[in-house]
Parts: sequence; C-alpha cells; structure tokens
Amino acid sequence: MQFEGRTWRYGDDINTDVLIPARYLSTSDPVELAKHALEDLDPNFVKEVQVGDVIVGGKNFGCGSSREHAPIAIKEAGVSCVIASSFARIFFRNSINLGLPILECPEAVAHAEAGDVLRIDLAAGTIFNNTTGQTYQAAPFPEGVMKIIRAGGLMNSIKEEVQAREATYASAK
Amino acid sequence: MGMTMTEKIMARHAGLESVKPGDLIEAEIDLMMGNDITAPISIKRLKDIGLTKLPYPEKFFLVLSHYAPSKDIASAAQIMISRSFAKEQQLQHYYAEGSGIEHVILPEEGWVLPGELIIGADSHSCTYGATGCYSTGIGSTDLAAAMATGRLWMQVPETYKFELTGARPQYIMGKDLILHIIGMLGGDGVLNQTMEYTGDALRTLPMEERLTMANMAIEAGAQNGIFPYDDVTEAYLNGRAKKEYTPVHSDPDAKYAKHFKIDISKIEPLVALPWSPENVRTVSEMSGETVDRVFIGSCTNARLSDLRTVASIIKGHKVACDTLIVPGSKQVYRDAMNEGLFEIFLEAGATISAPTCGACFGGFMGVLGPDEKCLSTSNRNFVGRMGHPTSKSFLANPAVAAATALTGVITHPKDVAGREVVTA
Repeated sequence: MQFEGRTWRYGDDINTDVLIPARYLSTSDPVELAKHALEDLDPNFVKEVQVGDVIVGGKNFGCGSSREHAPIAIKEAGVSCVIASSFARIFFRNSINLGLPILECPEAVAHAEAGDVLRIDLAAGTIFNNTTGQTYQAAPFPEGVMKIIRAGGLMNSIKEEVQAREATYASAK
Repeated sequence: MGMTMTEKIMARHAGLESVKPGDLIEAEIDLMMGNDITAPISIKRLKDIGLTKLPYPEKFFLVLSHYAPSKDIASAAQIMISRSFAKEQQLQHYYAEGSGIEHVILPEEGWVLPGELIIGADSHSCTYGATGCYSTGIGSTDLAAAMATGRLWMQVPETYKFELTGARPQYIMGKDLILHIIGMLGGDGVLNQTMEYTGDALRTLPMEERLTMANMAIEAGAQNGIFPYDDVTEAYLNGRAKKEYTPVHSDPDAKYAKHFKIDISKIEPLVALPWSPENVRTVSEMSGETVDRVFIGSCTNARLSDLRTVASIIKGHKVACDTLIVPGSKQVYRDAMNEGLFEIFLEAGATISAPTCGACFGGFMGVLGPDEKCLSTSNRNFVGRMGHPTSKSFLANPAVAAATALTGVITHPKDVAGREVVTA
C-alpha cells in the first residue's frame, strides 16, 4: 500500500479529546464525526484536509480516552496515514483494528514540516519526504499486528471462526 | 527467572508456563465491559460479521454511564442500541441508565477480582487493577473481537515498580499520590507499560484510594496500575466477591524495568493545571486562584468515602461557587442519602445529580462555558475536556474540592478546618 499526501504537523501528546471532542460522541456515524475531527486544536483541519493527507505528531499520539471515534473521524476525513514518534497503545490498537495506517518513526517526525509532501510505502515502512528529498525507515510491526493488517483488520481475522460457530447454531435448529 | 503479577496473570490466561515483556499472547478474557458510547460500535462490528449470539454473554458487562440518562435525542438513540442488544442477548449484566459509572459499580459489586484478566472499552478500565487484576482499556473493535471469541491478543508490558513508604499525612488521598507520580514521570512516563505498587504505605491505603490511583494509571500512559493482594484487598472482597478467585503475587526475583521509591509523608495536596494531568503543582502554590465552579464526581473520586470526606469539610458551611456533586453509582447515592450526606450538601447549597459520567468528559450536566474555570475531582483536563475549548479544569482530591467550594478559590483543606459554622 502506497500513499502520498500533504503533512498536517502537530506536537506531542495529541489526545483523543482533541482528535474528536466528546460533545460529538452521541453518534458513531463516521461522516458526522469527520466533520469535527481536530476542531479544538486546529479549526482549519476539516476545512482544508484533502484525501491522502498525512498527520504527523510527536510522542504519545492518541493518548487519553479509548474512543475509537478518534481514528474513525480522521480516517473518514481523508487522512491516509498517521506518523508519530510514539503512540498511546489504545489508539495504536484501534487504528490497526480499523485499517487506519500508522507508522512510528521519530526521525521522519523530527524533519517533517506542515505542508511537506510525504510518500509512504506501508509494507516496506518507508517514508519519503518529497519536499526535502529525505527517506526514513519506520519501526516494523510485531508479527501479531502484521497478521491483523494482512487479514484486513481485526474483525476480518476472526470472521471465519464466528461464522463457523454461527453455522452450528443454524444446523442445530 | 521470576515473574511480576502482571506477567503471571498473562501467562495464566494464555495457557503458558511463563511470559516476558514484549511477548505477544492470545489471552482468555475473564470479564469484558462496554458503555453507551463504545458498545454501539462493537455491536455494529459483530452484526457486520453475522454474529447472532454471544458465546460468553455472562462475561459481558454493558453499562449506560456516559450520555446517560440520555442527554438528547441522538444519545437516546444510541442508548436504544445498547438496550435492544441487552434484550436480544438476554444479558445478565446490563446496567440501565442511572446505574452509575462502570468503574465505580464493578468493584463495588465484587465483579473484578484478583488474578483476573479484564478489558473494558473505556480507557479508565485500568481502575480494576486496584483489586489485583490486570485490567486495561481497549477500543470498540477489540471489545467486539473479545465478545465474539472470548480472547484478545496482547503484548506483555514491562512492569514499573512504585514502592510507597512513610505515613500518610492528613488530607493526602490516593489522588495526590497518583498526581505526584504523573507529575514526576509525565503523561507518557509509563507509556504502554504497567505500574505495580508495593511498600509499607499500602497498609494505610483503603481500597477506595487504590481505585483512584489505579484509575489514573492511563494518565501516565500505563496500560494498568496493579496492587498486590493483601489484607486490605481480602477485607474489601470479603462478602463482596461474586466468584472464587486465585490471587497472584510477584516473585521476589521478578524483573522490573524501573523502580521508584516514594516517601508519601512528604507529599502535599496537589492540583493538576490545564491542559494535562502531568502539569502538577502543590495546592499551596496555587492557593488563591479563583474558580467558577467545583465538580465532585467521576470514576476517579465519586465513591462513598470521597463523599464523606467532602461532607466532613463542608458540613455547616455554605458553598461560595456552583458546586455539583455526582455520586458514582446508585449504591453510593443511596448510602450517601441514608447517612445524611445529602442533607449536608443541600444545606450547604450544593447540587446533587443522578449518577453519570456527564460533566467529567464534557458530555452533559455540568459542561463548562468559554473561559470558565472548574476545580474537579476527575482525571483529565485536556483542551475542551469538560466543555468549551477555552474552559479550564484543575484536578484535585475531594478534600481540596470541598475546601475550594467553600471559598471559590483553590484552597488547602487545613485553611478551612477551623472555620466557624454558619448554618445549623
């Protein structure tokens, strides 16, 4: 999987309360949530974000609440990938589970500025900064995580087991 | 090589002799929890892959806590998704709106037990670690997978040891101890690892204070905050535990990634300033900072002991600013009422609401306006957390909250202790 997009550059500790404020959590509709992504941190984001754009953040990205509404909102807004120096675990898991590509790469973060165009090869974990001409290598995913990515998300990875069990209920009727 | 409590719990639930930090395991889950905000997404995921019947309905707890009682039409519609799923699956552990906050209810009713492996689709699910289990927050899709299979993949975290010693000073609560640690290490100080508490000072920490400390493990980035099984745990669970349980203990030669020693006798009442729980000062340093309102509630500090502390300080006085008190569960509500605490709160001019997460996450019932300042007993003070993006939350223990309610400025409880009683 390859992506190319402009950089939205944010700092450390970007929490899920700013990724999607709680006042919008009375729905889980991705289209509604996407309208309010990051609005308390950067009101321009939803107005100007384009499909393929990349969010680049510092350490502890996605800290705070477990709300999956956060990766749902930024994915639906068109973001192709999030690159950070480090991720909070729940956000990391939620993103992998949903199929929102994320990469951990402090070097790429340190040298990325707002508006830089990044080209990302997810399988190889490489980040090429078109604007500066530099290439960076992200940390590889653990094997268990790769399995979920290859299956196309967590629910796909367990679908067969669930459907086999459901079939036994049907035949027992 | 010895193992920590966390490693032992993970090994036990993965059917392995031993595990070490970094290992990926497939773990059997003892208890899984969702709320009115997170569960509807899980329910959708399950329907999408054709699930009609939960294989382990007895392990699933569904608590309507956040936008409950329903705030508006959208949240009512969201609650209806959970309610109809509970009916369809004939859930035994369905907590309708008004029951309270999951992290107050589950320990109180004795469902979260030593040695267990627990997940909850709410980041403060780490609260349950106070009873000696490994419990961590996950998202809705992880919850759905666990509901569908009874299992979830996990990576074994490193364990950071926090050794607490010394006598606990007056007015120092679990809240101050965890704020001290978060202030010392930062919001990512224990990122994706686990915190284990030990040391003589634990003897002086009742379960309620431990629950507060475990609750805010996530604010240091930790996956869990775990307490050893000791006399305090045993006494708390006696007559309360809903099942048999088998505690685990860390081995003497267990390996800890880091070891911190904290003398709690030196800690003063603390307050976390906007916009992060790591932004910690002493109450004395902030003394005199005005606030517009006080919120006493949330999964951090809304248990009976917290409300007793508040009542002991405000009894016979009048509040100087809007003060909202939200008991954490129906049981806390009933006990507080029966003990006469409501009379004290109402006489002082405070407001009492039905149990809910409400104000803590800026949901409803006590939302902050532009530039409004609130002293809160809750756990987070990020931008916009409790309302308008320019509103400001200061986090402190219930004693500080009560003292502050009486003055309208951030106040050390000792400064109001000798006040003349103004009401009967």
